[in-house]
Amino acid sequence: MTIGVYITYRILNIADLTVEGSITTGAAIAAVSITHGINPYLSVLFALFGGMAAGLITALLHVKLKIPALLSGILTMIALYSVNLRIMGKSNIPLLRVNTVYTVMENLGLSRQTAVMILGLIVVLGFVGILYWFFGTEIGCAIRATGNNPQMVRAQGINTNTMISIGLIISNGLVAVSGALIAQYQSFADIQMGIGSIVIGLASVIIGEVLFGKRSFFSRLVGLALGAITYRIIITLVLQLGMSPNDLKLFTAITVAVALSLPVFRSYLIPIKASTTRESSNAQRKKNNKGV
Amino acid sequence: MLSVKRITKVFNPGTVIENIVLKDLSLSLEAGDFVTLIGGNGSGKSTLLNCIAGVYPVEAGAIIIDGVDVTKFREPKRAAILGRVFQEPMLGTASNMGIEENLALALRRGQRRGLKWGISNKEREKYRELLTTLELGLENRLSTKVGLLSGGQRQALTLLMATLKEPKLLLLDEHTAALDPKTAQKVLEMSDLIVREHDLTTLMVTHNMRDAIQYGNRLIMMHEGRIILDIRGEEKKNLAVEDLLRRFGNASGEEFVDSDALLA
Repeated sequence: MTIGVYITYRILNIADLTVEGSITTGAAIAAVSITHGINPYLSVLFALFGGMAAGLITALLHVKLKIPALLSGILTMIALYSVNLRIMGKSNIPLLRVNTVYTVMENLGLSRQTAVMILGLIVVLGFVGILYWFFGTEIGCAIRATGNNPQMVRAQGINTNTMISIGLIISNGLVAVSGALIAQYQSFADIQMGIGSIVIGLASVIIGEVLFGKRSFFSRLVGLALGAITYRIIITLVLQLGMSPNDLKLFTAITVAVALSLPVFRSYLIPIKASTTRESSNAQRKKNNKGV
Repeated sequence: MLSVKRITKVFNPGTVIENIVLKDLSLSLEAGDFVTLIGGNGSGKSTLLNCIAGVYPVEAGAIIIDGVDVTKFREPKRAAILGRVFQEPMLGTASNMGIEENLALALRRGQRRGLKWGISNKEREKYRELLTTLELGLENRLSTKVGLLSGGQRQALTLLMATLKEPKLLLLDEHTAALDPKTAQKVLEMSDLIVREHDLTTLMVTHNMRDAIQYGNRLIMMHEGRIILDIRGEEKKNLAVEDLLRRFGNASGEEFVDSDALLA
């Protein structure tokens, strides 16, 4: 899910609220498929398509109907609430005593925890690999450039609308897949489960960037996965320290707000140091720039 | 090569701030023409370039490039045959991406982009050679993020990108205006060299009268959305800034007011 949020937030430079709905869509599709006796792995694939469809809707609202990205995401998110209820038929589907992607592995003699870990690792590594490849291709490069400088990208003959759409579709597909996996892990799909997921995603993105750097694209992708895990660890820790689970979302929101505003605080608190480092980096730059 | 036929461009039509920027303007460029375009603020020179590039649709008229009517083509589609360098150095390149990644994006201008790897090793060699010709030491910094380059370096790189896949028409929109005088001079000379080497049809907007006279084989002056002067060949070579000012006065019935252009 973090990687999905990363694609829109960092690569495309859009805070895409669709994820709040598409994560539930993924869970809902998976839960309904499984209770109808469909193979759990196939259900994850269905969830992927469901999420991609949600991303496509947001993309159409944004690029074709020219609705601002933030609002497009909100509209799709709200619409998905009803759609998800329709898919599920009720607000909660339990997934007890049915085959999930995890029970298939448990049948091989693994414990529940190991099954979750192994499968999670495979999925994360798989997506990191696929995305690293994809964003290195011609289309992938074009998408990255679109988030960076759309005017230049159009001047290079690339349709920025298409690129934004592809990005939104992939991102929401990934988010739906994680929704499907979460539902199977916690043994239920719930209509409320998506609330706050964008903030959790952003928190993971930021933790990943702060702790694991943003040097190369590959290390960034790995950092995202580690960031999401770190976020979970932090949450577990504060819960064990006695914080009420009810305050969790507030805690997450404050964390993200603080993390996002760090650059501002830094320039307030240490103005002198900040300016000297800027000067020295300028000097460094001048040294590197021969001639012009 | 380029034929602009009676185009009109109006901003905010039908409102109180309606502004007719281009009025029934026609312009024709032969293949290999290097035209400098000069005019005061608000004369419509940048708008003309943007209309040719497809950034703005025109209200009336037609734009034909190399025999193809592109009036209805949108910006990305026109870009296949155009090379562009902007005034603002930040605009021409993607700052979060490497030098080679930017060049690779430019090399594929107008082509279908697929799932092939974004940069091939063969290309890298080509980029290295081309960057060597710029003499900026960029050839050894292929993976450096463009955001770390100076304005002049970025404009030089954008120029290279604009001509990497040979365009039918090169549009330079005051591409040296944001640079310090020395750097501006260097980038201009570089532009001149590239244009002549590839014999590119070029339209260059400039603020600087001396540059407008020195470079290219034809000079066009715009005023209030119209072309008021069109000087070429021998006549242009012997032109002086004072002549240009006088002729501007005669053609427009006004004093030329653009302190930048006079001081430059």
